[in-house]
Amino acid sequence: MEISKSYFADERHGDFKEIGQSRQRSDTAGHVRGITPFYADRHVPGLLHLRMVRSPHHHARILRIDASAAERHPGVKRVITAMDVPHNVYTVLSLINIGPEDEPVLAFDKVRWLGEPVVAVVADSERSAYEAAALVRVDYEELPAVFDVEDALKPGAPLVNEYHGQNYYRYDSGASRKVRLGDVEAGFQKADYIIEERYDSSPIEHAPTETTGCIAVPDQNNRLTCYTGTQAIFFTLDNASIILDVPGQRLHFVGGTAGGGFGGKVDCTVEPITLLAAMLTGRPVAFIYNRYEEMQISSARAAERIYIKDGLTKDGRIVARRVRCYVDSGAYSRHSPYGAQKAAAHFPGPYTIPNVEIDCYCVYTNRTPSSAMRGFGVTIADFALEVQMDKLARLVAMDPLEFRFINAYRDGDMKAHRQLTEGAALIECMQEASTWANWPVDSRYLKMSSRERKG
Amino acid sequence: MTKVPVQMTVNGEERAEFVDSGMTLLKFLRDKIGDLTAKAGCLQGTCGTCTVLIDGEPRLACVTLVEDCRSGTIETVSGLSEDAELHPLQQALLDHFAAQCGFCTPGMLMAAKALLDSNPHPDRAEVEDALSGNICRCTGYEPIIRAVLSVSGSNACGDTAERERCDGNK
Amino acid sequence: MAKQRGRGVAAVNYPTGMNLGGDPTQALVHSTPTGNFIVSLSSVDLGQGIKSVVAQICAETLGVPTERVIVDTADSDTGPHCMGTFASRGTHRAGNAVIAAAKEARAVMLEVAADMLEADSRDLQTDGDGNIHIVGVPGKSVSVTDVALAAHFQQGRSISGRGMFFIPRSYPSPTDGAMKPSTCYAHACTIAEVEVDTETGEVDVLSLKSVYEVGRALNPKMVEQQLVGGTWMGVSHALYETTEPYYPARDHACRDFNEYLMLGIGDLPKTEIRVIERPAPDGPFGAKGLGEMCANAPIPAVANAIFDAVGVRVDSLPISPEKILRALLAKESSAAA
Repeated sequence: MEISKSYFADERHGDFKEIGQSRQRSDTAGHVRGITPFYADRHVPGLLHLRMVRSPHHHARILRIDASAAERHPGVKRVITAMDVPHNVYTVLSLINIGPEDEPVLAFDKVRWLGEPVVAVVADSERSAYEAAALVRVDYEELPAVFDVEDALKPGAPLVNEYHGQNYYRYDSGASRKVRLGDVEAGFQKADYIIEERYDSSPIEHAPTETTGCIAVPDQNNRLTCYTGTQAIFFTLDNASIILDVPGQRLHFVGGTAGGGFGGKVDCTVEPITLLAAMLTGRPVAFIYNRYEEMQISSARAAERIYIKDGLTKDGRIVARRVRCYVDSGAYSRHSPYGAQKAAAHFPGPYTIPNVEIDCYCVYTNRTPSSAMRGFGVTIADFALEVQMDKLARLVAMDPLEFRFINAYRDGDMKAHRQLTEGAALIECMQEASTWANWPVDSRYLKMSSRERKG
Repeated sequence: MTKVPVQMTVNGEERAEFVDSGMTLLKFLRDKIGDLTAKAGCLQGTCGTCTVLIDGEPRLACVTLVEDCRSGTIETVSGLSEDAELHPLQQALLDHFAAQCGFCTPGMLMAAKALLDSNPHPDRAEVEDALSGNICRCTGYEPIIRAVLSVSGSNACGDTAERERCDGNK
Repeated sequence: MAKQRGRGVAAVNYPTGMNLGGDPTQALVHSTPTGNFIVSLSSVDLGQGIKSVVAQICAETLGVPTERVIVDTADSDTGPHCMGTFASRGTHRAGNAVIAAAKEARAVMLEVAADMLEADSRDLQTDGDGNIHIVGVPGKSVSVTDVALAAHFQQGRSISGRGMFFIPRSYPSPTDGAMKPSTCYAHACTIAEVEVDTETGEVDVLSLKSVYEVGRALNPKMVEQQLVGGTWMGVSHALYETTEPYYPARDHACRDFNEYLMLGIGDLPKTEIRVIERPAPDGPFGAKGLGEMCANAPIPAVANAIFDAVGVRVDSLPISPEKILRALLAKESSAAA
């Protein structure tokens, strides 16, 4: 891997001893010996195992839960339902007044996605727990379900979550996170070409090789220690404290190395219920997702549907861009309201466009709740934006790379979300790519700079 | 639950235990022997993180019954390094920065060892094939392949096309 | 009836960190009696190596070799608060917090050394090898080990420091969306070459050349790890990955690794990386976050390369062979019509 030192040479001062050196990682020796401790790498005498009974329906009312056969099953120590959870709601960041609190830890009146947790069974072996979970009887009344983001927004669509009252998250800006700069209609009037395109993606899984899970252990000093693969120690601890109505000082969270995260281990869906099981049984409890749960139950990257309408002049300038982006949050919010907002700040891409209108919607459907994944709010947007740039270039018979040079942002340019561009380097990346990959562009583009607008 | 006796060699040591009938080799290694190096990534034989060697062959411990391993010779990562010295494969992964989260690393090592024990000078395609049952989500595989090739002998990067490919990734 | 080749480009930027209620992280640094340094964090290592890079950052700030720095993290009892490891925030936020903590510790260390050398602490420098000497007088020096011992047992001083990096919460304007989601942005440009089989719809990504602007490559081999691994994941997203292959229908939802497809070890493109640096004024030694961006540019680059190869657009991910074949058939029949 080469570091090209000629760019921004006057900004790159620094005489360092350690920085810039490829020092050997501190953890690799442990990795190659197989002794890096992941959360499940411990022996806990008396360990109990938790398995979850999950909704088999996309959308249904819960009529009755009968866990009596499960409770009687050999090896079962405890069966936990919604009534046992002191504060039965995931609290996101309620400590700093960030919600919404629209998702129960265990379902009680309704299930809103196939796989939603309903009853937790705790037993002295994995096998007992699985067998007992299969004996829990839940009576449901199925309800119509909605799976398409635009269908979910039509009048008459099945309502996914009564908490919201409609199938979208209500921002203070209305049904979408809005970004407005200039006047797109005026911009479209001035354009020589107008195109509107649609882009889609489907949910994508983090699929880390280590599955989500934790082991909760009643510990010394009347505390509970939770060994977990979470990506956010305090976020999870504070959520658990609120859900369990247990003061934070009684909880001790220990992480280590997570066996791959990619954003999939920030939803704290296992720690609170496992800690509760440990509290109720007085025994250590493990809850480790099997691979099916990791695939279908743990959150995925939200599917998105993005419409981009552009106004383009003959000389290759984008004069107006309107983006409508629908983020499929699944049945509950988790971090999707923030993800859609992050997308709104990311559009229209690293290009300077004088008239911009962006609306990003966080939409509820009856599927596995989506949440953060590597590139949250940005990855699918970049797919749409950069394919669109390719189409626009060809519309005006321009080279796709040259077209990007013409529109690239530079220091001092106003971004659509009203921040001035600083530290831009898109032009330099493209210049290096052009010469290195032998994708020739006109020499005037190789003379451009992110630091000033000339040409 | 019926208990059955099993006896085998694990990393050169004779082990004899009573186990629940139907116990997997993975559970035996982790819970009975206390060897935590083999990992439980999927428990269905699809990810390779539980790869160990049984009589020199790479096997998935999560879908192998320990009862079927009687009199077998089991090797895990715990047995790779003699004393404090790392096995050449372990050293190669270290030198090539070929591990990030480390969860797939034990399985990769055992699959690679099985290859080199039977084929000391594999070409790139043979390395890819040997590791094709081991999933990695972090590294993109390339540094692992190069690490294994570096152990395999002087012509590590094979023919011109392969060498170009190797050099291109420096 | 052929394999056709094409080339595509994509250029992107990526914000470092996030602003979900602000973005704070704290760190503590303290010396042992023999002059090794412990960094206490609660940040989680996911394999990206934050423990290692934070040790380098701390070592550079203190003026000691990296091997004298131990990073203890991911324990709520010992590590001060960190929001968590996501949003490419780890190195930037924890790195900055560690620099602040290490600066405080270094100041105490130099005062102790100044006492021992009978000099002014402002006239001292560290040599980065474990010694402290008077500027211009290399003979008048003392080892960090001896300084630590003196601090503990003779001078009664604590060589330690606290650091906080804080991004206050940004409230987007409801009317025009004015907001401050990030303070610095990394950049990338990827050029992909593909070969498309027009009979099967299968795509072979032959090569990817990517230029990444990362602020500062604190540890180049570790930067390379992320960029190569992320590029792989991007290609995998472009062509294979989804839990719902018939989205928005929930049919045939993938249950395991047999059904969830990813780029295989035998299908790797020739992946080449180049890095440029435009240090971020608020980054630790100018570093920007890069863990997420690296997966993004390859996706549209591959999509654009497919169009260049066979003249069809598949505007939905993943770009499966089925979708390519359907697009080719539609193109043929509309040409024939």
